[in-house]
Amino acid sequence: MDSAILITQAINGLQLGILLFLLASGLTLTFGIMDLINLSHASFYMLGAFFCASLTLITGSFFLSVLLALLATGLVAFFVETSLIRRLYHREHLDQLLATFGLLLCFDTLVHIFWGPAGIVMPLPAWLNGQVGLGGVVLPIYRLIIIGAGLLVALLLYWLVAHTRTGMLIRAGASNRVMASALGVDIKMLFCGVFVLGSVFAGLAGMLIAPITEASIGMGNDIIITAFVVVIIGGIGSIKGAFLGAVLIGMIDTMGRAYLDTLFALFMSSNAAETAAPAISAMLIYLLMAVLLVVRPQGLFPPRLR
Amino acid sequence: MHQVRGIATFVIMALLATAPVLAYLGGAIFWIDIATRLVILAIAAVSLNLLLGFAGLASFGHAAFLGIGAYAVGIPVYHETYGGLDWLASYSGWVHLAVGVGGAALFALVTGAVSLRTKGVHFIMITMAFSQMMYYALVSLQDYGADDGLSIDLRSEFTGLNLDDPLTLYAVCYGSLLLVIFLSWRIVNSRFGQVLVAAKSNEERVRALGINTYRYQLVAYVISGAICGFAGVLMANYTVFISPSMLEWSRSGELIFMVVLGGAAFLFGPVFGAIVFILLEFYLSRFTIYWHLPFGLLLIASVLFIKGGLSGLLTFSRAGTPGASVAGNPKE
Repeated sequence: MDSAILITQAINGLQLGILLFLLASGLTLTFGIMDLINLSHASFYMLGAFFCASLTLITGSFFLSVLLALLATGLVAFFVETSLIRRLYHREHLDQLLATFGLLLCFDTLVHIFWGPAGIVMPLPAWLNGQVGLGGVVLPIYRLIIIGAGLLVALLLYWLVAHTRTGMLIRAGASNRVMASALGVDIKMLFCGVFVLGSVFAGLAGMLIAPITEASIGMGNDIIITAFVVVIIGGIGSIKGAFLGAVLIGMIDTMGRAYLDTLFALFMSSNAAETAAPAISAMLIYLLMAVLLVVRPQGLFPPRLR
Repeated sequence: MHQVRGIATFVIMALLATAPVLAYLGGAIFWIDIATRLVILAIAAVSLNLLLGFAGLASFGHAAFLGIGAYAVGIPVYHETYGGLDWLASYSGWVHLAVGVGGAALFALVTGAVSLRTKGVHFIMITMAFSQMMYYALVSLQDYGADDGLSIDLRSEFTGLNLDDPLTLYAVCYGSLLLVIFLSWRIVNSRFGQVLVAAKSNEERVRALGINTYRYQLVAYVISGAICGFAGVLMANYTVFISPSMLEWSRSGELIFMVVLGGAAFLFGPVFGAIVFILLEFYLSRFTIYWHLPFGLLLIASVLFIKGGLSGLLTFSRAGTPGASVAGNPKE
């Protein structure tokens, strides 16, 4: 096994994990605090990518575009929360599911109307496009930047939730919504803030991946399900669970795709391994989820006091 | 009230049986195509209704069973034509049915055994995740076209039936729909079905009676999956094309929409839901290529403005039990 490839794959896995964390953190917060199942979370991932790609083409500055796109995504999220989402918090999960599914269809179509059916390729500035050598391994700078940005957000979120007054309110809302409300916490504001924050993180994930994959319609619709898996594995409502679950899933998925055929070739013919490995590696994280649910239905790190 | 519904049901089913056929014979061959798709989706929705409407189990992964059924036609036909996998290769419709229904039932047994250990929102997400797992597994199968899918060269062969004839195919699908509704009726009114319905309104009470609700729900999940797999076999014979996009989770969402719109744990409800869905799709998409926008808005509006939400339509009203929760755990 080539160690340089192994490191590259590990970086890829970590990068996928970071993206999943950015998506799952919002999902797990809205789940844990507002008891909301939100399919349209995928739309903010897509919107972030489209906003950022367009702005980059207009302004020419990647960094400025990210900032503006974060703001734009947040504004859309604020509008959506105040006009629709806040009416759903007390509804049945099935209602939430159908309404947010409808919302997702609307966003997909709106993007189609505004940006056309094809995706947007997003150019990377030259200073981000390079590669860096680390102990004999050549790594794209941009992937390291994605990981760095993700870790930064994770730290920021940890600080926000564990060490600020807002975070205390969020935790209070998560462990007992009714009590927090009775103690004078402005639940409406809090919920709105949490929703916008989660959506902005999803948007950031979309912006970060857009230069690699391009911004396309429905780009979030598949990864959102993986983010759901992360939320289940990590334990609903747990940021720590979302982070560790996301990194775990990212690693297992990437490593499975890279090395499962080699592993299978140890005990079956290489032909059979080449056929079986892709299918099994595509299923790997779901199998992990299934096993975990049998052993620990509440997830790896369920928040206390629920 | 019930009489009105009975008459309406009869009229609609009679129209569904005759109108597309008459249109076809009159030269408007297009409608039988739409009606065939409608009836197949209705069968899938009826299977989902067993879980969602009667047992209160919100499965968000039924597209997987449709896909399994469809690939159970595509894969044997492919190998019969191009060689390989001799044990599976066949043009025979009976083989396709056995593989499709059996495969779907097996998938339901394995995934249901895990999913049913959880409740409410977990159950929704896990059924969705398993369906997505199947989707990715099929995407990774290069032999069968991966992402792009696979054309089916020949329809399932049944002696005495020529499925290439649109009228025959429609008759088979329509007959299947009636059969499946009859089957659901027998199931719902059996002791087994009554346990499911009782567990929907109060699972703990049913458990306290010494009934293992998990087993009942698992059997219901397998039956539902098998029926949906059957619908998949028909679907493949209708589209003569299979691709992983048949398993996208939005397909499952559309099936839920049909069931919920049909409403009130009503046996023929999914048929009405399928009719509404197909007509919406047909007319909206003729009016604009952006038809998902009005459709999505309609979905949102119906959740917001129908009293009790769309899922309120699923509340089992026959016995007068108020407000049994669909997703399993009522909100505080």
